[in-house]
Amino acid sequence: MFSQLNIRIGFFLAKRQIRRSSLWTTVLIIFVMFFTFLNLVVVTGILVGLIQGAIDAVRTHYTSDVIVSTLSDKTYIENSPEIIRIVKSLPEVEAVTARYLEGGTLEANYKTRSNEKEKPNIAPASIVGINPAEEDAVTGISRFVVEGEYLSTTDYDQVLVGAYLDKKYLQFDSPGFSSLENIAPGVKIRLKVGGVEREVTVKGIIKAKVDEVSLRAFMVDSQLRSMIGRGDYNVDEISVKLKSGTDPALVRDILIKNGAGRVAKVQTYADAQPKFIKDIADTFALLGNVLSSIGLVVASITIFIVIFINAITRRKFIGILKGIGISEQAIEISYIMQSFFYAFVGSLIGVIVLYAFLEPAVSAHPIDFPFSDGILVAPISGTLLRVGLLMLTTIIAGFIPARLIVRKNTLDSILGRN
Amino acid sequence: MIKVKNLKKSFKDGDQVTDVLKGIDFVAENGEFIGIIGRSGAGKSTFLYQMSLLDEPTSGEIEVDGRDTHAMTIGEKTFFRLTRLGYVFQDYALLPEMSALENVVLPLLMQDMDKSAAYKNAEEALGKVGLGHRFENLPSQLSGGEQQRVAVARAIAHRPKILFADEPTANLDSVSGSAVIELFKELNQKGQTIVMVTHEDEYAKYCNRIIHLDDGKIVKEITQKV
Repeated sequence: MFSQLNIRIGFFLAKRQIRRSSLWTTVLIIFVMFFTFLNLVVVTGILVGLIQGAIDAVRTHYTSDVIVSTLSDKTYIENSPEIIRIVKSLPEVEAVTARYLEGGTLEANYKTRSNEKEKPNIAPASIVGINPAEEDAVTGISRFVVEGEYLSTTDYDQVLVGAYLDKKYLQFDSPGFSSLENIAPGVKIRLKVGGVEREVTVKGIIKAKVDEVSLRAFMVDSQLRSMIGRGDYNVDEISVKLKSGTDPALVRDILIKNGAGRVAKVQTYADAQPKFIKDIADTFALLGNVLSSIGLVVASITIFIVIFINAITRRKFIGILKGIGISEQAIEISYIMQSFFYAFVGSLIGVIVLYAFLEPAVSAHPIDFPFSDGILVAPISGTLLRVGLLMLTTIIAGFIPARLIVRKNTLDSILGRN
Repeated sequence: MIKVKNLKKSFKDGDQVTDVLKGIDFVAENGEFIGIIGRSGAGKSTFLYQMSLLDEPTSGEIEVDGRDTHAMTIGEKTFFRLTRLGYVFQDYALLPEMSALENVVLPLLMQDMDKSAAYKNAEEALGKVGLGHRFENLPSQLSGGEQQRVAVARAIAHRPKILFADEPTANLDSVSGSAVIELFKELNQKGQTIVMVTHEDEYAKYCNRIIHLDDGKIVKEITQKV
């Protein structure tokens, strides 16, 4: 069928048909193909990007590239100062932050409580001791202070409260989950941790789409260390930010080789992802593919109808072509080429719009989903695969109606007989 | 040369069968200009369609240029039409999206002729029919007579063995119609075999043999000197 001669004649016919067809019809078909391409790539890309945004946020604002955390049977990372020293000595490392972590409670409105029977406004929280400058260098959390100010190294009896511990940011009631009412920068609250209770001032409220930020209360490490009696300087978490281009697995392996693996859990950001996140990412990708498949079917039907109508209305001319000796295969190829043209131009415009405008725009201004800043995940390989799929589907959708019409009796086609 | 033996063609519409050709025997020699005439519904065009391999007879034998057409596949018939036959349709049957030159060159390209040779032949054919100055015009930019001349150029560009014409003057005014018939006469004088269906007696006089068809049968055959 695809002899060089048939292809050449098919191209000759297709070129002239496209050139002389209605401009608006051509534009409309290309428009449909363009949106089909976007549907194929962007819908999946946004769905995957929604989860990828969440994963990226956890990496950027909590775990960083490598996280060293407490073993499940220990209460802290033993020999932490030595591990921190090793980490800091690695040339691949850009910044390090160590965190003390202790379960505690925050109590608000205790001064206005009228009697003992009234339920105290207490919220359990993870209290995190940080070196504010080092933490900010690794996770950049100072950007997420929505009220008040970020901590400074000399702050004492001052806390940064996660927004999800503040009633006004968490407007739902969940059984077993408590939050604080009427808190704001400057308001005093009671902080109870390690059996020690202190009255501290809320210095700021911090809100990020990462639970490890928004569900915690932060204070300066030196104060928390003394409150929980961690005089050995052993910490609970160490987040390590690597220089650009460094493979996190490489640094993880170096740390494990240096003995950190015996006293702590050493993981890359990917290792630390909970399995359900990976499952959700896979689920969303699958969902995206299902939606894309529907888009593909719609595109096929569109092309089928367009080519079918074109072939039906040109049935007489198809008959004439056959009458003067043009092979059926060459005529069919001309329709395949027309379908290819529509899909190719639509996809080409789609690729240009995607990579020149959409992807950079969404990267610069992520989509504000409730639980993540969604990005558009559209790797070139995946895009090319989808373009290939679109082409293939379109070609088949163009070929079938063309074949149906071309195979009709030549004379019946010329005379318009059924 | 065309040999037709006991050619029959019937059309079925539900249970009703209409016999259009009722056993025709006919021979056309090389170099003849044959006119098929008869009243409307006599079966003239149907006869032409069978001989030019555009249609499949119900029964009978057709031999064209020494080939028994009965055993040919659809693809072989298409190729045979492309290389050995030329066809001029009543309504010109030009492809509207192609220029005059493209309409003529297309069958030549389909014969795998070298591109420049194909265009040269097409230009020559258009020149022969007096349209050497209208190569780039689309059919819609040509008059009816000019369109029919493009159709003739397309039919003769590949130097077919037999040229079939189905009422080629039916849609033309008398001046254009005469011009087309004059063109056929010229071609025939150069040795081109032509089989033409017409219902206009004034054009039948150009043919050296006239076949009268009535009710699906040849009822009269006149050989004349032109």
